Amino acid sequence: MARLRILVGTRKGLFVLGADRARRKWSMQGPHFLGQVVNHAVLDPRDRRTMLAAVRAGHLGPTVYRSDDGGRSWQESAKPPAFGKAAPGEPGESVSHVFWLTPGAASEPGRWYAGTSPQGLFVSEDAGRTWRGIDGFNAHAQRRSWIGGTQDAPPDGGTLHSINLDPADPRHLYIGMSAGGAFESHDAGETWTPLNRGCAADFLPDPDPEYGHDVHCLRVHPRSGDLYQQNHCGIYRFDRVQRRWDRIGRAMPRRIGDVGFPLVLHPRDPQTLWVFPMDGGTVWPRVPIDGKPALYGSRDAGASWQRLDAGLPRAQAWFTVKRQAMCADALDPVGLYFGTTGGEVWASFDEGARWDCLCLHLPHVYSVEAALAD
Amino acid sequence: MKVVLPTPLAEYTAHRREVQASGATLALLLADLDRRYPGIRFRIVDEQDAIRPHIKIFVNRVQEPDLARRLQPADEVLVVAALSGG
Repeated sequence: MARLRILVGTRKGLFVLGADRARRKWSMQGPHFLGQVVNHAVLDPRDRRTMLAAVRAGHLGPTVYRSDDGGRSWQESAKPPAFGKAAPGEPGESVSHVFWLTPGAASEPGRWYAGTSPQGLFVSEDAGRTWRGIDGFNAHAQRRSWIGGTQDAPPDGGTLHSINLDPADPRHLYIGMSAGGAFESHDAGETWTPLNRGCAADFLPDPDPEYGHDVHCLRVHPRSGDLYQQNHCGIYRFDRVQRRWDRIGRAMPRRIGDVGFPLVLHPRDPQTLWVFPMDGGTVWPRVPIDGKPALYGSRDAGASWQRLDAGLPRAQAWFTVKRQAMCADALDPVGLYFGTTGGEVWASFDEGARWDCLCLHLPHVYSVEAALAD
Repeated sequence: MKVVLPTPLAEYTAHRREVQASGATLALLLADLDRRYPGIRFRIVDEQDAIRPHIKIFVNRVQEPDLARRLQPADEVLVVAALSGG
């Protein structure tokens, strides 16, 4: 029977938590890549065996490793994501880190997508062994305008993340950028259109710009195709009729607000989602409001929200939960997991009603992904 | 010629710190190193052929930023990895 795996990417390596499907007995494997930054690690839901990890050694630059034996051994990509060589005299770009990994659709075995910093989009057709840039995005004449200059990016650089596939059409892609906004492609990445209408960008002079927004986390529901995002400027659901983002975060309690990084969808119910609000006041502390961590969940697509903090620290907890550090499993009831910058991994096995700490003392957690493994 | 590598690159050379490679320039030496130890070049220089920020290359104990630097068979190349922070 398939076992549950929680892949925890950290600033100093990858850890893999394992449990039976009852989620009572837990074990830990690792660290893999000790001392290296693991921005994201994902287990392929198509074969329940292949794992890819976006790894960056401090000295050596970014790469991708793959394992086809459940993490017992790892092989580096023969051709990691890299931009094309610039023409003589032209400024070139170099991948600083591979930030996000997304497996392709069930009908596309071996296909994976990767998002990088500087903001670039890459694809592999051979399960991560080799990668090529998607020129429709990376070489687009307007890309430099979309992503801005380095001075427009967050402190760690602009990142291309939240690569999502439309469950009804694997050629229909969505991406989120921390400096650029949301974009979609209907032709597997050959052409791209901004998808930001209705979304605030309070840091820009234009009240409704076409692009330049700061997506923190964008998710497409794996069954319905419903589109949600946690943005720098609020929580949104995409209204397909009006073709604009609707700020569902306005229904959050006023003193909590709707700033945060991760957003997680229920794997079966497109009306249910969870967020982890962060303090976005004045200098943007990006910690739990008042040092009291809590998730907020909605069962009605963001029309109303419930605070979910039972079992979490009651006060003086000042960690951050990063954009890919919160996830759901596919079991019933759904398990929720998040990792903190303080090296803790927390879990709820009843869809957020009650929380327990799975482990302490890991390095700064960058990503948490759940999957069933054979 | 002799090439001395830092510990972060050890997994590419079966943990040998001192290896042999040849080339008339630093660029050609790195290409030969990559033939002998696949993947090692991309960890030393990026896709724009720039030496990575936390890597330094010395030829006969003098730092060399230019991959076009010509080499002689008796030269010794030292690759250093230096990173600050916690």
